[in-house]
Amino acid sequence: MNTVVCMKQVPDTETLIKINPEGTGIVTEGIKWVMCPYDEYAVEEALQQKEKFKAGKVTIVSLGPDRAIEAIRTGLAMGADTAVHINDAAFYEKADPYATAAALAAAVKDLEYDAIFCGKQAIDDDSGQVPAILGELLGLPVVTLVVKLEVSEDKTKAVATREVEGGHAVVEVSLPAIFSAQKGLNEPRYASLPGIMKAKKKPVDVKTVSDLGVSVEPMTAIKEMSLPPARQAGKILEGEDAVEKAKALAKALHEEAKLI
Amino acid sequence: MDFEFSDEMKMLRETAGDFAKNEFEPIAQDLDREEKYPKDVWKKASGLGLIGAWIPEEYGGSGVGFLGNAIITEEFSRVDLGMSLIIAGTFGCEAIYWAGTEEQKKRYLSQVSQGEAISAGAFTEPDAGTDVAGARTRAVKDGDEYVINGNKMFITNGDVCDFMVTLCVTNPDAEKRYKKHSLIIVESDRPGVIATKIHGKMGIRASDTAEISFEDVRVPVSNLVGETEGQGFYQAMQFFDTTRIMVSAQGVGLAQGALDKAIQYVKERKAFGVPIASFQITQQKIAEMAMRVEATRNLVYKSAWYLDNHKVDPILNSITKYYAGETAVFCANYAVELHGGYGYIDEYDVQRFYRDAKILQLYEGTKEAEVLTIARRLLV
Repeated sequence: MNTVVCMKQVPDTETLIKINPEGTGIVTEGIKWVMCPYDEYAVEEALQQKEKFKAGKVTIVSLGPDRAIEAIRTGLAMGADTAVHINDAAFYEKADPYATAAALAAAVKDLEYDAIFCGKQAIDDDSGQVPAILGELLGLPVVTLVVKLEVSEDKTKAVATREVEGGHAVVEVSLPAIFSAQKGLNEPRYASLPGIMKAKKKPVDVKTVSDLGVSVEPMTAIKEMSLPPARQAGKILEGEDAVEKAKALAKALHEEAKLI
Repeated sequence: MDFEFSDEMKMLRETAGDFAKNEFEPIAQDLDREEKYPKDVWKKASGLGLIGAWIPEEYGGSGVGFLGNAIITEEFSRVDLGMSLIIAGTFGCEAIYWAGTEEQKKRYLSQVSQGEAISAGAFTEPDAGTDVAGARTRAVKDGDEYVINGNKMFITNGDVCDFMVTLCVTNPDAEKRYKKHSLIIVESDRPGVIATKIHGKMGIRASDTAEISFEDVRVPVSNLVGETEGQGFYQAMQFFDTTRIMVSAQGVGLAQGALDKAIQYVKERKAFGVPIASFQITQQKIAEMAMRVEATRNLVYKSAWYLDNHKVDPILNSITKYYAGETAVFCANYAVELHGGYGYIDEYDVQRFYRDAKILQLYEGTKEAEVLTIARRLLV
C-alpha cells in the first residue's frame, strides 16, 4: 500500500512560547522543534499499513524552512521511504491553511498513493483545516479524527472509526482518501538506531513552491497574537464560621464574578 | 576541530532521551524501592538498537562507536541511573571486542547487540577490587576444558546475565603477578555457577548486582578470550579504559538530570513571596552545577572520541572518570539542597539521584585509584 504523510515540524510541547515584538507570531529562536505529535500517529499508521500489506512506499511531504529536514529525517528514521521537502521560507512565513494545503496538494498530485495521512491538526497554529482543504483540492474524500482504520484487501475502500462527541462513528470510504489522525489511532514507534543510520541515505526531494507551479496567495493573515492573561491569584474568604464564609462566597459570586 | 554532532548523533540523542523519559520515568521510583531489574525495558531498548550500539555493524550492533554509546548513556542516566544500567547489558563484551577472536566476536557481540543475551564482567573479588591482579579465582586446564573455582563480588548483571567474562588465574607460576591471569567466558547456566543477588544497595537499586561463586565449573578452552593465556590483566586494563568512559557518561547524565530538576524546582518554589530562583545563592548553585556539567561533558566526549579513534590515553580517562564522579555527587548534593526538605523525601527524584551518585566515585576504579593513575604517570 502506497501512502503519503503530510507532516509539520512544530515547537516542542514543552517550549516556553514568547510573542515576537511585532505581535504577529512567536519568537522562533532557541526553540526545540519536533514532529507534530498528531503527525507521529499519521506516520505510524502509514508504516503499519505498509507492514500489513508487506508492500508499498511511505512518502513524507512537509512544507517548512531548512530546519524542517530534522523532522523529515525523524520520519525516515521511523521507517518512511522517501520525502518531499517543500523548502520555501518566504512562502512558509505567510502561508495560511489554504496556501499550505495548495503547496501540499501540488507536491502530492504526482505521487502514487492509496491513502494520505495527516495529523488532525498542527499543535502550533491549531487551525485543523489542512486535511479538509487538501481533500477539496485533490478531489478526495476526507475522514477526520480517525482512531481506527481497516483497509480492504484490494485497497479500494476502508472502514474508519472516528471519534465523535461521547462516542464513535464508523465510516466507510472509497480509496484513495485522506485520513486525519487522532490520538489513540496507534502508538508511534521510536526511531530505531538502524533506522537513524539508514535515514540519511533515503532520498529527500527538495522543492520550492515555484518548482511545484504553485502561485496561490494566502486567504488569511495573522493580525495579532497574544498570550492568555496571567492567572489571577486566588482569594481566601474571611469569616468566623461556615455560614459566614458561605455568605461571603455568595456575595463574591454575585457582585465580583457576576455569576449569580 | 569540530564540536558539531552529526545529524545521526543528534537523532540518536533524541531517541535515547525520549525512550528514557517515556520508559524510565513512570517506573524508576518503584524499581528503586523494589530493587527490581527492568528486563522488559532492556528488551525493548535492545529492539531499538540502543543496547550495544557501540558494537560494529558486522557484529550486529549499530556502529555508533563509544561516543554514540556515551550519548545514549548520558540521556538514560539523566532520567535514572539505576535503570540506565540496562545499557550495561553488554558489560564484559568490551573485552571480547578488544581482545577476542573473530569467532568470539561474531558469537558473543551479536548476541548482546541483538537482545538475545545479557553479559557481565566478573573481575572484582571479595578481597580484590582495585587491585585487579590480586584476583584469585582459579581456572585449571583439564583436557580441553577449564575447571573454575572461586568467588566474585559486586558483579553487575550477575543474577540476570547469560554469560560473564571472568578474570581467572590460569598461570599461577608466572614470574610477574600481571602475567598470571586470563579472561574466560563462562555461561551462567553451567553447573556450579551460583549467583546470589545483593540487596540493600544505597543507590542504583534497579541495577542487578550479585555475588558469584564458581564450584568446579567446566567450560571449553575455546572460551578463553583471545588465543593466549596470561593476558588477562592487560585485557582487563584495556577493558576498564573503555568502561570508565561509559561510567563517566553516566556522571554527566546524572549531573545534568539533577541540574534539570533543580532549575525546574527553583523557578516554581517561592519563599518570602518570590521564586527562590531570584536569590543570588540559588543562582550561584545553579551556575556552579552548570559549569561542572559542561566541563565534564567535554571531557567525556573527548575521551570517547579518543577511544573510537584507538588513541587510548589513561591519564585523560582517569581525569574524566574522577571528575565525572565528583560532578555527579556535587550536582546531586546541590539539587537536594535547593529542594530543601522535599529533596530528602523519596517522592522527589533528587533524593534518588543523591543516593545513586555515590557509586560513580566507587565503581570502575575508585576515585582514589584514578588519582594514583594520574599522579604516577605524570611523575615518572
